[in-house]
Amino acid sequence: MNACDIVIIGGGPAGLAAAESAFKAGVTDIMILERDSRLGGILNQCIHNGFGLHTFREELTGPEYASRYERKIRELGIPYSTETMVTDLGTDESGDKLITCMNRQRGMYRIKARALILAMGCRERPRGAVNTPGYRGAGVFSAGTAQLYVNIHGYMPGKTVVIVGSGDIGLIMARRMTLEGAKVRMVVEIMDHSGGLKRNIIQCLNDFGIPLKLSHTVTEIRGKDRVEGVVVASVDERRRPIPGTEEYVECDTVLYSVGLIPENELTRKLGAGIDDKTGGPVVKADLELSIPGVFACGNVLHVHDIVDHVSEESAHAGENAAAYIRDGRVPEGAGGYVDSEEKNVYRPGENEDRLTCIMCPNGCELTAVKDDDGKVKVSGNRCPKGVRYATEELTAPRRIVTTTVKLEGGGIEALPVKTDRTIPKDKISDVIKELTGVSVTVPVSTGDVIIHDIAGTGADIIAGTDITADTDID
Amino acid sequence: MYDVAVIGGGVVGCTVARFLSKYELKICLLERGTDICEGTSKANSGIIHGGYDAAGGSLKAKLNVRGSRMMEELSLKLSFAYKRNGSLVICRSGQDAGMLQTLYERGVTNGVSGLRIIDKDEIRSMEPNINAAVEKALYVPTGAIADPFMMTVAMAENAAVNGVEFMLRSEVIDIERDDTEYVITTGSGEIRARYVINAAGVYADRIHSMVSRTPVSIRAVKGEYCLFDKEAGGLVSHTLFQLPSEKGKGILVTPTVHGNLMAGPTAITVDDKEGVDTTAAGLKEVLDTAAMSVIGMPSGKVITSFAGLRAKEAGGDFIIAFAADSDNFMDIAGIDSPGLSAAPAIGEYVAELLGRRMDLKEKSGFVEEREAIPSIADASDAERQALIESDPAFANVICRCELVTEAEILEAIRRPVGARTVDAVKRRVRAGMGRCQGGFCSPKVVDILARELGVKPTEILKAGEGSEILKGRNKERPCDTE
Repeated sequence: MNACDIVIIGGGPAGLAAAESAFKAGVTDIMILERDSRLGGILNQCIHNGFGLHTFREELTGPEYASRYERKIRELGIPYSTETMVTDLGTDESGDKLITCMNRQRGMYRIKARALILAMGCRERPRGAVNTPGYRGAGVFSAGTAQLYVNIHGYMPGKTVVIVGSGDIGLIMARRMTLEGAKVRMVVEIMDHSGGLKRNIIQCLNDFGIPLKLSHTVTEIRGKDRVEGVVVASVDERRRPIPGTEEYVECDTVLYSVGLIPENELTRKLGAGIDDKTGGPVVKADLELSIPGVFACGNVLHVHDIVDHVSEESAHAGENAAAYIRDGRVPEGAGGYVDSEEKNVYRPGENEDRLTCIMCPNGCELTAVKDDDGKVKVSGNRCPKGVRYATEELTAPRRIVTTTVKLEGGGIEALPVKTDRTIPKDKISDVIKELTGVSVTVPVSTGDVIIHDIAGTGADIIAGTDITADTDID
Repeated sequence: MYDVAVIGGGVVGCTVARFLSKYELKICLLERGTDICEGTSKANSGIIHGGYDAAGGSLKAKLNVRGSRMMEELSLKLSFAYKRNGSLVICRSGQDAGMLQTLYERGVTNGVSGLRIIDKDEIRSMEPNINAAVEKALYVPTGAIADPFMMTVAMAENAAVNGVEFMLRSEVIDIERDDTEYVITTGSGEIRARYVINAAGVYADRIHSMVSRTPVSIRAVKGEYCLFDKEAGGLVSHTLFQLPSEKGKGILVTPTVHGNLMAGPTAITVDDKEGVDTTAAGLKEVLDTAAMSVIGMPSGKVITSFAGLRAKEAGGDFIIAFAADSDNFMDIAGIDSPGLSAAPAIGEYVAELLGRRMDLKEKSGFVEEREAIPSIADASDAERQALIESDPAFANVICRCELVTEAEILEAIRRPVGARTVDAVKRRVRAGMGRCQGGFCSPKVVDILARELGVKPTEILKAGEGSEILKGRNKERPCDTE
């Protein structure tokens, strides 16, 4: 049986950050187990930007954020095994952890580890979880599934879309579907406010004129073979549909963004307790489960709003696991849980003049008002960049555009690309138009220029990830 | 020219085809769908009833009891999941306990063995989560659960191995009598057959009326169900029935053979024979009624809901007979509950009826058994190792929730009457049946199907015609910013 000091299950943002910090804390005998064919986890399909302001002090796309960590893992020489599924977990009488794995090369095998870090992430709640009545034809997808089809496979799951749920994934997909050529009819939210970031309401819905229907829900899906439309109704304060408010909305696709659940099937095999509220394992302040030497971090522990917090929390888990190996215990006051402060959610009529500055990780909450002369008054900023940001956002907003182009010659058929700098918001459709029909052949490296000076904006379109002919679709 | 054409690829049609494939007959099976098991057979309770419910002397009673007795052996020969978990018909305080006695007596008359009426304490020891209001129950030890998809697929595969030709996407449009044979016009061409067997489910009346003037009237009775996460699978171990009413056997709560919990069905007569939509009222009825059987029904752990249509004939009993006014045309009509339980006995009975009209010669070399597609999820670590050594694709997990691998999906596609759609794969190997409902695996299943069938991903269907999952490539249409 193989043995090592720390096994990490999951090679997404949580697992990679944990591996790096454990290594830097002096434990070098580590193995990362990843079931997909590449590291990076869900970030690989999150081709939009907005990641990394806290961790790297710049705005990155998901693949860019992931590749920074992958590079560190490779530079440190930390071993990892992809396309490897963990099928069972247990402990032996000496307290070591037994990890049963399966892959093509080795078949079934076991690793014995002194410490174990659970970093399996989370999964989406499907339509069934909200039990929407109606037909079960094609065209109903979890938002993340649609994101995978579009961003990795390069295929559109639909042309006319209604999105259920205004969490960040739903909002991000509203913009994505629009950019790639679908008509998003509306985003329907059962609560009286959106759980998504206000910035995403602005950049994903308002920029494209997509209506957000608060206090509404889909009460029926029509279309036996393929979705033909949905019935949308207002809900009362107890979230029950109000009779008489029904409206039929034609569409061929319904995307569900109705929450994420930590993926703890393996955790249960260890006999660990699950917290009903978070859906993650019960842990102490230092992220250790009731089983000594087992730690959890990232979305398997609780669902985070931003990946930077996942990385920070997972670095704590890595350090603490290293301390456990070194000293047999985690010191008092070690780092643990990282959660968002209250985030700037969107409620109509509330804080309409508030903006979160994205110029630096301070993330100042700005109040910005444009007077009749078009002059913008800003307060709440901690540095002059805030004034610049708010003025631009209110007078001539600029955006980084992230999108896909067709990729040929490999297993993956879509290449994530982005503008290398912001462009005027009203140029977005021109940029997309110029990219229509563009195709690129593998291999491609991050930063390769695909088109110079797109749509006369002065911005270049650059590749957002590395892809070779061998890169697999997973 | 076929000896026998079976119309309908549900559990009845496939089972009849399988039982007839024992004989020297040239048989075809016509199915309008893209796969077998696309109608009632894919949306029912999966219960193998003991046989206490149907009136004594009815065809339902006779074939149910016989089918239920045949089931275990068949499940072993043909490798589909079956478990004799026993059932309880429960009676709450204030309900008519005399009804249990009636059911008991009817069961004894029908030949159901082991029936007992049990009291509160014994019920509670069998089902700790039973609703406190339950006072008495009829215990039916022969009650069982089965996988209706795999039962249908197993019958079809075995029939195909024994020479039955399956013609999918072949809706029967018209049937004419031409001297001693029938000419069947389908959406995909013309078939000639000496005998026609009508196993068309809710459409059995339409098929019947193509050749006969005698009345057969099938109404569709919708049943809605909720399926729960495996985490909730241990809530009950027996199948719990409410007291039956004129509407049917009522809403049951049961474990499934795969370890989920299931509740349903409602019973609403509908006009639309394609109307397999669920309704807010129906799903509420399922959850509310289930709560009267069991405490702690985990409504938050529903992973999907669905509806099926039972084919109810006006007379109430199964109709399995040659049409009076059309030679050699046999109806198998009105097969609502206990149709799944009775299916093997129906197969046997149809062979017997046919044998009275023609000389049935047993075939030499009839293959009686069918092997299951190996399942990584069900295998021990040593068995997994052996499977991966035989084919590394057994290590490529496609469906994470149900632990289904690429090798299993490939085999589902390559077998006789193989899977051509995402739902067909799901029924055969359970990819997409789990708690994420295909969120992770369906893109991979689409890819595997496209690769294996040599078509574009945009051509892959979820189920029926027009159910394409993808609508083209990115950026085929302009970005609409307003």
